[in-house]
Amino acid sequence: MSERFEPQLIGFFCRWCSYQGADLAGTSRIKYPPNLVPIRVMCSGRVDPTFILKAFREGADGVLVAGCHPGDCHYGEGNYNMMKRYPLLAGLLSEFGIEPERLRLEWISASESEKVAAVVRELTETVRRLGPLNWRSTVVSLVEGRLA
Amino acid sequence: MNRLKLGLYWAASCGGCEIAVLDLDEKVLDIAEAAEIVFWPVALDFKYRDVETMADGSIDVCLFNGAIRNSEQEHIARLLRAKSKVLVAFGSCACFGGIPGLANVANRQQVFDRVYLSGPSTANQDGTMPRTVSQMPEGELILPEFYDTVSSLNQVVPVEYYLPGCPPPTDLIWRAVEAIVSGQLPPPGSVIASDKTLCDECKRERSQEKSVKEFKRLWQVVPDVTKCFLEQGLICHGPATRGGCGAKCIEANIPCRGCFGPAPEARDQGGKLLGAIASLIDSHDPKETARIVDQIPDRLGTFYRFVLPTSMLRRARL
Repeated sequence: MSERFEPQLIGFFCRWCSYQGADLAGTSRIKYPPNLVPIRVMCSGRVDPTFILKAFREGADGVLVAGCHPGDCHYGEGNYNMMKRYPLLAGLLSEFGIEPERLRLEWISASESEKVAAVVRELTETVRRLGPLNWRSTVVSLVEGRLA
Repeated sequence: MNRLKLGLYWAASCGGCEIAVLDLDEKVLDIAEAAEIVFWPVALDFKYRDVETMADGSIDVCLFNGAIRNSEQEHIARLLRAKSKVLVAFGSCACFGGIPGLANVANRQQVFDRVYLSGPSTANQDGTMPRTVSQMPEGELILPEFYDTVSSLNQVVPVEYYLPGCPPPTDLIWRAVEAIVSGQLPPPGSVIASDKTLCDECKRERSQEKSVKEFKRLWQVVPDVTKCFLEQGLICHGPATRGGCGAKCIEANIPCRGCFGPAPEARDQGGKLLGAIASLIDSHDPKETARIVDQIPDRLGTFYRFVLPTSMLRRARL
């Protein structure tokens, strides 16, 4: 029996725009895959690189960070901080053996409910193609296998 | 007064921690007076058998340096844990995995291939590789088993105190020794260093401005001795690293390499440093940002230089 792999995704949504966009997607009854668990944060700039690393360690197959469009940050420059972290993080993840496509950064405004649905759809399919990450079991087996 | 029974051991380490103990100079004689050294393979002729015959808990303090990367080191770590009342992770390798921990980007097979076959200075026509068990005319020969993953000491056995540094500076070693001898020990789990970041100790000027258009390597420039390294585009681990070292590298005009491990509030030193570095970039353009960060080679090795085995992800996936 081969079941289709259902990726587990974590999404960090800025509460001022992207989370409201996701809310609107819900109230507008737009359909998109149920694979993503949204986490509301005050700003995409609040998403410490450690949060993303932890999500992967704890079993996420993919991570989405969604913030306000450049220039629209409620706090002025928070989203630019995330924008600048992204290429560093993507490079770091690939050195850890995690495909950088598993991490996605998107700018989504409060009115862009269709974009929320499209991005979640795309990320789900991208990660489905990449397969499970299973950080704990893959990595821990390398550790524990030799340390009884 | 009963003399303190002291043990010292080296696992996967370079020997620098042993030198650091000797760097106490004549104070080493004070230690020899206050303490009876019952195990110190690098300096005195003890055998593992001597430790095995000791009663559990009969070593008062054991200073253990080096990471755990093979079965012999794991065995001795467990043995010394049982025999010691207080086990101290001594130096960055025992505390966080250290430089040997960077081998966690590979596994045993890849390490052996590089070291015994493909290294540029390796001549090994017969392809001889270490084996755990070898049959010889004289009988069976056993070598310790080399692991795929390097671990810190506390990933193998419980540890009371952490004395970080590559190697730990002599003033902190002495502070630890005095605390042990006087019985004035900090609460278990303490890191014998500062509770602040290195930046808090650093005397260099910071403008607090996002100013970096270009990252450079140390060999490309002569750094300004008064200005923050990061603001000069040089990677310095200060914001993500625990202080307490006395900022000796900074005083020598060398950026911090992070050997004191994560700052007290930081779970993942590399992630913290990545965030700090990104915030310094002077650009709002994704393409330009990508070009600027491309100037930082080997991010994993740079950001996690001393801490890969104790980082959030612990090792690379192969």
